Amino acid sequence: MNIVTQHIEPTEKDILYVSGVSVSFDGFKALNSLSLIVKEGEMRAIIGPNGAGKTTMMDVITGKVKPDTGDVLFKGSIDLTHHDEADIANLGIGRKFQKPTVIESLTVFENLELALAGPKGVFNSLFHRLSGLQRDTIHKTLETIALTEKVNELAGALSHGQKQWLEIGMLMIQEPDLLLVDEPAAGMTDHETEVTAELLKSITGQHSVVVVEHDMDFIKALESPVTVLHEGSVLAEGSLDAVQNNEKVIEVYLGR
Amino acid sequence: MTSIPKGPMLKFLTEDAGGKRLLIALAVLTVAVPFFNLAVPESSAFHVSTYTVALLGKYLCYGLLALAVDLIWGYCGILSLGHGAFFALGGYAMGMYLMRQIGDRGVYGNPLLPDFMVFLNWTELPWYWYGFDSFLFAMVMVALVPGLLAFLFGYLAFRSRVTGVYLSIITQALTYALMLAFFQNDMGFGGNNGLTDFKDILGFSLQEDSTKVALFAASGVVLILSYILCRYIVASKYGRILVAVRDAESRTRFMGYRVEHYKLFVFMLSAVLAGIAGALYVPQVGIINPGEFAPLYSIEIIIWVAVGGRGFLYGAVIGALVVNYAKTYFTAAFPEIWLFMLGGLFVLTTLFLPRGIVGLASDIKEKMLAKKVQKQADVKDEPVDTLPKASTEV
Amino acid sequence: MRWLLLLLTKGFLCVWLAALPMLSQAEDADSNEGDSAAEEVFNFDEAVKGLDTKSYKVKGKKIQGIALSGHEKALDVLMPLSEGNLFAVKETGVIVEGIKEDSLYTVTDILSGEKIGQLKKKALRKIRINNKLRRQLRGLMAMLELTHPDDAVRLAAADNIIKSPTESMLPFLAQAIEKEEVSAIKDSMIIAQGIIWTTSDVTETRFKGVEAIGAHPHQAVKGALLRVLQKDEEGNYLEPNAYIIEAAEKGLLEYERQENVYKLIENLFFGLSAGSVLLLAAVGLAITFGVMGVINMAHGEMIMLGAYTTFVVQQLMPNSIEYSLFVAIPAAFIVSGLFGIAIERGVIRYLYGRPLETLLATFGISLILQQLVRSIFSPLNRAVITPEWMSGSWHVNGMLSLTYNRIYIVIFSVMVFVGLILLLKRTHFGLQMRAVTLNRPMASSMGIRTGWVDALTFGLGSGIAGIAGVAISQLTNVGPNLGQSYIIDSFMVVVFGGVGNLFGTLFGAMSLGIINKFAEPWTGAVLAKILILVAIILFIQRRPRGMFALKGRFVEA
Repeated sequence: MNIVTQHIEPTEKDILYVSGVSVSFDGFKALNSLSLIVKEGEMRAIIGPNGAGKTTMMDVITGKVKPDTGDVLFKGSIDLTHHDEADIANLGIGRKFQKPTVIESLTVFENLELALAGPKGVFNSLFHRLSGLQRDTIHKTLETIALTEKVNELAGALSHGQKQWLEIGMLMIQEPDLLLVDEPAAGMTDHETEVTAELLKSITGQHSVVVVEHDMDFIKALESPVTVLHEGSVLAEGSLDAVQNNEKVIEVYLGR
Repeated sequence: MTSIPKGPMLKFLTEDAGGKRLLIALAVLTVAVPFFNLAVPESSAFHVSTYTVALLGKYLCYGLLALAVDLIWGYCGILSLGHGAFFALGGYAMGMYLMRQIGDRGVYGNPLLPDFMVFLNWTELPWYWYGFDSFLFAMVMVALVPGLLAFLFGYLAFRSRVTGVYLSIITQALTYALMLAFFQNDMGFGGNNGLTDFKDILGFSLQEDSTKVALFAASGVVLILSYILCRYIVASKYGRILVAVRDAESRTRFMGYRVEHYKLFVFMLSAVLAGIAGALYVPQVGIINPGEFAPLYSIEIIIWVAVGGRGFLYGAVIGALVVNYAKTYFTAAFPEIWLFMLGGLFVLTTLFLPRGIVGLASDIKEKMLAKKVQKQADVKDEPVDTLPKASTEV
Repeated sequence: MRWLLLLLTKGFLCVWLAALPMLSQAEDADSNEGDSAAEEVFNFDEAVKGLDTKSYKVKGKKIQGIALSGHEKALDVLMPLSEGNLFAVKETGVIVEGIKEDSLYTVTDILSGEKIGQLKKKALRKIRINNKLRRQLRGLMAMLELTHPDDAVRLAAADNIIKSPTESMLPFLAQAIEKEEVSAIKDSMIIAQGIIWTTSDVTETRFKGVEAIGAHPHQAVKGALLRVLQKDEEGNYLEPNAYIIEAAEKGLLEYERQENVYKLIENLFFGLSAGSVLLLAAVGLAITFGVMGVINMAHGEMIMLGAYTTFVVQQLMPNSIEYSLFVAIPAAFIVSGLFGIAIERGVIRYLYGRPLETLLATFGISLILQQLVRSIFSPLNRAVITPEWMSGSWHVNGMLSLTYNRIYIVIFSVMVFVGLILLLKRTHFGLQMRAVTLNRPMASSMGIRTGWVDALTFGLGSGIAGIAGVAISQLTNVGPNLGQSYIIDSFMVVVFGGVGNLFGTLFGAMSLGIINKFAEPWTGAVLAKILILVAIILFIQRRPRGMFALKGRFVEA
C-alpha cells in the first residue's frame, strides 16, 4: 500500500502528479481530494465502480474540467489546470475516449494524418503537405493497428473494435508522453482484447500509460499496478492480487 | 471526400467532379449571357433580355452567399441563422458608395448629403460616411465590416464554446438586433427606406444595359473565384480539420487543434464572402434596406444549402439557383402558395433529403456502383460489403 | 347593500334641508318665500311640472325644492335643465329631456324615463334659465353630485372641482367631506377644498390650503403648489407670506419624492406585466426546448393560433363577449396543443437528436402556419375585443393608476406558471415526463410509453403557447406575424434563465421585462431592445447555459 498523500513533493520523474483534487457538480462531489502519481514510463490501471470519478479524473487531467481545488502537475512542473485541451494535447498528453471517437466522415488515413504530431496552427494547415517521412509514419501505425487494408475507408464504416484501434493509433501517432486510455477493451472480442493489451504493453516504457478499465481479465493481462477509485478518491493501490484481496475493495465491490 | 492528396497542385479542383461541371457551366454562363444580350439583336429569339441578365446576376449573388454558408455549415457544423446580416452589411457598404456617387443629382440637390439626410435636416455628413466616395475604400469596407463583425462575434462565441442551437439562436438575435437598429432613422443609413435611387458606379450609369451586363459578368467571375478558393480550403488539411470539428469537436481538441481558431477563421472568411455577395447584389437590384437583415431571409439561405446538398460546395450553389428560380416563378404565378412551398421544402428536405439534391444523386450513383461491384462479386462468388456512406449527423 | 347606502344618503340629505336654506339665503334673497313653500307637502312630480313657468322666481323655488327633495331623479332633472335640454311638450305639458338630432328632438319623459319619440322643435317649449338660476343650479348640482350614492359620481364631482376650482363650492365641499366615508374620494374632496383655499385672499386660509393639500398624490396638487410658488419677473415670490412659501416648498419636495416612488412602482408594474407576457410566451418553449431539447421555431405560431382562436370564439359568441375569454382559454389550449401534437408526431419525432434539423423543419412549419392563417383570415390584422371587465384602469391614487388588462395578465401568468409547476411536480404525467427527460431508455424499460409522453409534452408546451396567445390578443393586434415578434424574445428568456429550469424562465422573463421598462426612458424602446439583445449575446458568452443552468456530466449528453 502506498497511497499518496499531499506531503509528497513532485519530482521530474513523476510524469503525472495529482494532489488533493476536488470537483463538484451542483453539490455532488465527483472527485474528493484525489491524489495520484504516475512515474515516467509506467503503466497504471485504474478501476472503480460507476461514479467513482474515473472519467472526471481524465477530464481534469486533459483540461476539460477545472478542479475546485488541488494541483495537477505534468512532468513535475507544468501546472495543467492553467491550460486548455489543445495546449495539454500539444504538451504531450493523449486521450482516448470511453466511447470510441474518430472522425467518421474522414478516411482512416485522414484520421491518422490529423492526429500526426506536428504544428497544429490554422495557417500551417492551409498550406500543409505531407512529407514522405510522415506518410511512412502513418503506414507504420496502420500496420500496428492492423488497419492497412482499410486505409481509404471512411472511419464511420469501421467496426466497433476497429474504431477503438484507430483511436489508439491516433493516440500513438500523436507521440504523447502520457496516454490516457478510457476503456479500450469495451465491446471487443476476447482475441481483440488480448491484442489490445499487448499493444498497450508494447508502448509502455517509451510512454507512460494510464488505463481505465472494467474488464478484470484485461487488467490482468496488462500486468501493471492498479489504483482503485471510490467516491472520488483513491481507495487502494498496488498489484492486482493485493488489491483484489484488500478488504475495503471487496466491501465496495460486493457491498457490505 | 478526397483521400491522400498528392500530385499536381490543382488536384483539389480536378478531383471535384461536380464542382468541375459547375465551374464550366458558370464560365459558359458568364461569357454567353453578355454575348446574347449585347451582340444578339433584340428581335432574335436568342436575345437574352436585360431583365433576365439582372435576375441571373441576382441568383449568382445568392449562389455566392450559399457557398459562404455551406463552408461553415456543411464543413464545420456552424449553423448561422444570421448570415443575412453580413450580406446586408456588405450591401450597405456598397450602397453608401453608390449614394455618394449621386452627388448633387438627388431630389434636394445637396452635393454632400444624401437625400434622406437632407430630409432629416442633417447639416453634415456623419463620420462613418467619410471615405465612401472612394470606390477602393468602399470595397475594403465591403470585406472589412462583415469580417470584423464576424471576428468580434466569433471570437466571443467560439472562445466560450457556444455551439449548436445556442449559436444558431444568438446569430439570429444578432441579425434581429441589427435589423431593429438599421430601421432607426438616426442610425444614418436611411431608416426604413434604406439606400436607393442610385445613379452610377465607377462613372457608368446603372441604367445602361452594358453596366448591368458587366455587373452580371463580375458576379460570375467572383463566384467562380470564390468557389475555387473554398474548394481549395475544404480540400486542404484545414478543410479536414473543419470536418473533424464538425464530427467530433472534443476529439479534435484532444488532438491538439485549437478549435476556436479554426472556427473563427472560417467564420470570418464566410462573412467576408457573404459581404462581397451583398456588395454585388445591391447595384444589380438598385436598393438595400433593413429588410435584408430580417431573420427570415437568413434562414432562407439555409434552405438553399439544404436543398442543394449540405457539405457539397457545388450543391449549395445549385440549391441557391434552383430555389430562387422557383421563388421567382411561384411568387409571380401563385403568390399564395409560395410560403407553403418554402415551408414544405424545409420540412421535406430535413426529413427525406438530408444530403440534398446533390447528395441524393451521389447516393444513387453509389448504389448503382455497388450493384455493379456486387454483380462482379457474385460472379467470383465472393461477398463484398456495400460501400459505406458518410455520416450526415450534425 | 345598495338600498342601505341610498337610504343613508337620503337620510343625510334630509338633514341638509335645514342647513341649505341658510346657505342659499346668502346667494338669493328671494328664497324667503321658499321656506313657506317647503312647509307645504312637497310633491316631486308637481315641482318638476312647475318648472314650466315663465317666472324665474318660481322656477328658482322649484329648483330649490327639487334639489332638496332627496329624490333619486333630482339630478336627472337638473342636469338637462342646466344644459338647456329640458322642454315641455306643448300639447301635453309633459316635462321631457330633448336631445337634438338633425332637425328633430329625441324626447324622453323625464319622470317616467319613457321614450316618447322624435318631435319637431315647434312642438316643444324650452324651459329657459337665466344666469342667476344657472349659478344656483351649478351649486345645487355639485352638492347633489358630491353626495350622490354612486362612488364614481362623487369622485368625478370632486375631480371636476379640482380641475376648475370655484370658491362658491367651498360650503358644499365642507359638508361633503364631513359625510364622506370612502377615503379616496374624501382625499380628492380635501384636495379640492385645499386648492380653492390656496387662491383665497386671506393669508390664514391660503396657509391652511397649502397645509391641507400637502403632498397628496394628485396631479393637480403639483400645479397648485407651483402656482403658490410663482415668481414675478424679478424673481420675487408673488406670495408675500414666507411661511406659506416654506410650506409650499416642503410640500412640493415631498410631492416630488412621492412622484418618484410611484413612478418606480409604475415602472416595476409595467416591467412585471411585460415580463408576464414574456413568461407566458416563453414557458411553453421552456418545456419543449428546456425539458425535451426540441427547438420549436413554430412556437410563435402556436401563440398566434391561440390569438386567432380567441378571435374565432368571439365571432361565434358575439353577444357574450364578456365571457368569451373563459371559452377562449381552453379552446386555444386545445387548438394549439393539437397542432403541437400533430407537429411532434408528424415531423419532430423523426428528428430527435438532430437539433439543427429540428430547428429547420419547425421553421418550415411556422411558414406554413403563417400562410395558412393568411389564407383563411386575410393578411390584415384582426380585432379582438377586450371585455368590459378588462378595460379601464384601477386608480390607486391620483399619481398611480394601473390598467386592468395588465393586472389580469400578471395574475393569469402566475396562475399558469403555478399550475404548470404543480402539473410537473404533483401529477403522474409530470412524473413520467420528468422520467423520460432524465433517462429515456430507463423510462421506456419501466413501461412508460415514451413516444406518447413526448407527444403530450410537446402538446402541453404548445397548448400553453396557445393560452399565451389569448392573453397577447388582449394587448396587441392579431395578425399572421404575431408569432414572429415573440419567438426571438422567448428564446432569449429561456436561454437567459437557463435551459431546463422553469424557475430560471420565470426569473429570465421578469428580469428582461423589468430591465426593458427601466431602460426605455433613457434609450427609447427600440434601442432598449437592441441593447438587451446585445447584452444577452454577451451574457451567453459568459454563461453559455444560462443563469440557472444544470451542471454536471449529464448536461452534455
